[in-house]
Amino acid sequence: MNPEDFLSCMRCGLCLAVCPIYRELGIEPASPRGRVALIRAVAEDRLSVTKNFAQYIYGCLDCLACVNACPTGVRANELVSGAKVQINQEFPQPFLIRLALQKVLPSSKRLGLSLLPFHLYQQISLQRVVHRLKVMNAFSEHWRDLEYLLPPLPRKSIRDQLKEVVPARGVRKHRVGYFLGCAQDLIFTSTALATVAVLNENSCEVVIPKEQKCCGMPHVGYGEIEQARELARHNIDVFTGVEVIVTDCATCGSFIKRYPALLKDDPDYFDKALAFSRKVRDIAEFLNQDINLRQDFGAVKGKVTYHDPCHLARGQGVVSEPRRLLNLIPGLELIEMKEPDWCCGGAGTYLLSHYDLSTKILGRKMANIAATNADFVATGCPGCQLQLRLGVKRAGLKAQVIHPIELLDRAYKAA
Amino acid sequence: MRIANREKFIKALKDLVGDGNVLSSPEDLVCYSYDAAPLPAGNLPDAVVLPSSTEEVVGLLRLAQAEGIKVVPRGAGTNLSGGTVPVEGGIVIQLTWMNRMEIDSRNLIATVEPGVITSNLHSAVEEMGLFYPPDPASANVSTIGGNVAECAGGLRGLKYGTTKDYVIGLETVLANGEVLVTGGKTVKNVAGYDLTKLMVGSEGTLGIFTKIILRLIPLPETKRTLSITYPNFQDAAASVSDIIANRILPATLEFLDKVTINCVEDYTHIGLPRNAEAFLLIEVDGSKSDVEWEAKRVAEICSRHQPLAVKQALTLSEAMSLTLARRSAFASLARVRPTTILEDVTVPPSRLTEMMSEISRIVQKHDIQVGIFGHAGDGNLHPTFLTDERDEEEMKRVEAAISEIFEVTLKLGGTISGEHGIGLTKMRFLPWEARPSGLKAMRVIKDGFDPQNILNPGKIFQL
Repeated sequence: MNPEDFLSCMRCGLCLAVCPIYRELGIEPASPRGRVALIRAVAEDRLSVTKNFAQYIYGCLDCLACVNACPTGVRANELVSGAKVQINQEFPQPFLIRLALQKVLPSSKRLGLSLLPFHLYQQISLQRVVHRLKVMNAFSEHWRDLEYLLPPLPRKSIRDQLKEVVPARGVRKHRVGYFLGCAQDLIFTSTALATVAVLNENSCEVVIPKEQKCCGMPHVGYGEIEQARELARHNIDVFTGVEVIVTDCATCGSFIKRYPALLKDDPDYFDKALAFSRKVRDIAEFLNQDINLRQDFGAVKGKVTYHDPCHLARGQGVVSEPRRLLNLIPGLELIEMKEPDWCCGGAGTYLLSHYDLSTKILGRKMANIAATNADFVATGCPGCQLQLRLGVKRAGLKAQVIHPIELLDRAYKAA
Repeated sequence: MRIANREKFIKALKDLVGDGNVLSSPEDLVCYSYDAAPLPAGNLPDAVVLPSSTEEVVGLLRLAQAEGIKVVPRGAGTNLSGGTVPVEGGIVIQLTWMNRMEIDSRNLIATVEPGVITSNLHSAVEEMGLFYPPDPASANVSTIGGNVAECAGGLRGLKYGTTKDYVIGLETVLANGEVLVTGGKTVKNVAGYDLTKLMVGSEGTLGIFTKIILRLIPLPETKRTLSITYPNFQDAAASVSDIIANRILPATLEFLDKVTINCVEDYTHIGLPRNAEAFLLIEVDGSKSDVEWEAKRVAEICSRHQPLAVKQALTLSEAMSLTLARRSAFASLARVRPTTILEDVTVPPSRLTEMMSEISRIVQKHDIQVGIFGHAGDGNLHPTFLTDERDEEEMKRVEAAISEIFEVTLKLGGTISGEHGIGLTKMRFLPWEARPSGLKAMRVIKDGFDPQNILNPGKIFQL
């Protein structure tokens, strides 16, 4: 960690205004300024790394709102990532988390296998039975929410459904790499299929390297930065021979765009990381900027509202592009919600680790969504999708949570 | 003064406000050892308490009084003078849980608790067509309680005044736990000493506000934004004097100096002329017809003083782009060096040109980097020192320059603090301005309200 990073914090407190955690809890150690002060105190030996320190550090959502608001550009989220590495030295992660990070996430197969029990639960209709018999009513709301969290799982992963190269429809104009996030590969396969289909419709041949692995973001989230670096190097090596690398996962996108920062001290890989990251585009960015988008759409009827994923709006500065895509679809009316870029509280595993806080933040988001009366809640991040799906159920709304690319795909298919 | 039996004391606090509203871990204490002032770390409190009612504040102060424990009231901790730093330990009382507000639109009054966030009050009253003008830069997070304690200012001082011009009543818990009610819901009130005004700007040394009654005014119908750049500062200052001499009071009359203009341009690339010595941002507000006429007059007056360019925004988005330069001023300066020190010296507007040239002389003499922006309309300048706290020798030069700037300010009939307060950072200089008689009066007042000196000790002046 560079000492300048926390030195440039003037403690002005402007980050407190935008931090969803501070706005809920209202205490200084639950604010970005507080976390930076704690990290500085540890670096200056005024505090030691304790469980309490860890708890405050893990309070951060990594929503980047503070980074955006900071007059001096302090990247509090990166200081937090650094602190998590320190915390792991004192208090190694529990066995199951280490297993998940080291063995499961980097392997699509093992990750798929880990979902098997949930798959079975859904496939043998146990979930339906459970729902019909209202078994979940015996559990607290907390457990009912967790039971609902995982959407119906697909039978086959994207890797098993698609070949490594999917040809363009008609003449090939571009050769596009597809960075397949774990969620898209195994849970939201419909999003991945829509992304590939929309790219194919637009003269893109899509290359999906089978060897690609997890982007590494979860590893940084749990302080295992070396593993993240390993994954980064691996992914850089497997994406060769493509003009651009497209992703439809906000978090993967924001993370792989910052591979150069992750590998800045690796002389063998820094330049490669730069070249790699320059090719990365979010799908909405790519369709808006890099190609002439085909616009022969059919109608998709309804009202849509758009939630800005933190890692897309602030992580990548992609704000207008997804809206422009939605506005192109005939029959679809875009209604802006209040505070569209306020975090939904999903933040990876935040619902699992901080249930009460996460659902409070979600409540603020759902009130804004409910006010739009939308039929669709569009958002370009699978993490947000999981959280908002739960939010829609908790709020008793009828809206469908969906990735914008799926609406675009429907519009092509409706033509 | 340290607490003898800490555990017992923490238990007593928890009995008063509930377990979840007392923070006392080493991590918590570090997080309440600072505010936005550039001060070294290490002033830890013994505990932090978050009360939810006047009764709880009363209980806390009675306990503190009985045990002789120091008390530091705090809102969001955004003040720039060290006013909420617990230099003598004790308990920090954070009032953000007390955040109810009530708007009486028939009497144009808002009654708020101290923890209400300033911008929340702004939006609540503006929805009803009403206006609470004080707008410190930290309004999105600062609390009204803190604003009253520091007498916060902002961009609209010239036309609308500052916090003190809107506080007409207070409920204050005194050091001994007594509840003092002053003023009320009437704009006029001459029943005895004006204790309300005495409390405004008292920086937490006389009592803790638990209820604040604020006067509101009708929200101006519309506004018009102009920006003007000048090749030299005198022309900008002459334009400002000329505007005011023509009986026009702009709501906003802000300026940036050459260093700031260039830093803003480095950071935002919005196309400000780099050779400009001054940038003015002017906003006139009021009824549609008044605003139209005033904007035209302002443009005419500014054009007479050899500007480089005069721009008038016709749409909201144009207005946003004109204000961007001013809005990014602080962020642009703060990025240049690791440490940023923001001062708030204020002179009568007619002395601005002299003040600017004096500051640039002092800055050159000490070879330091300073950008100046500020509120040209009310003479409130923000010389912003760009430095590095790790460089002791440079910090000495910065301190010497600041003290010389204060000297000049007083010579020009100004004040060492327009809106940030004295707190810790300017304590050393207050005697220059307040003189022995002023200090004596303040000491008598402090002694009358808080004879044991438990409320925010070590601030404003030495006892």
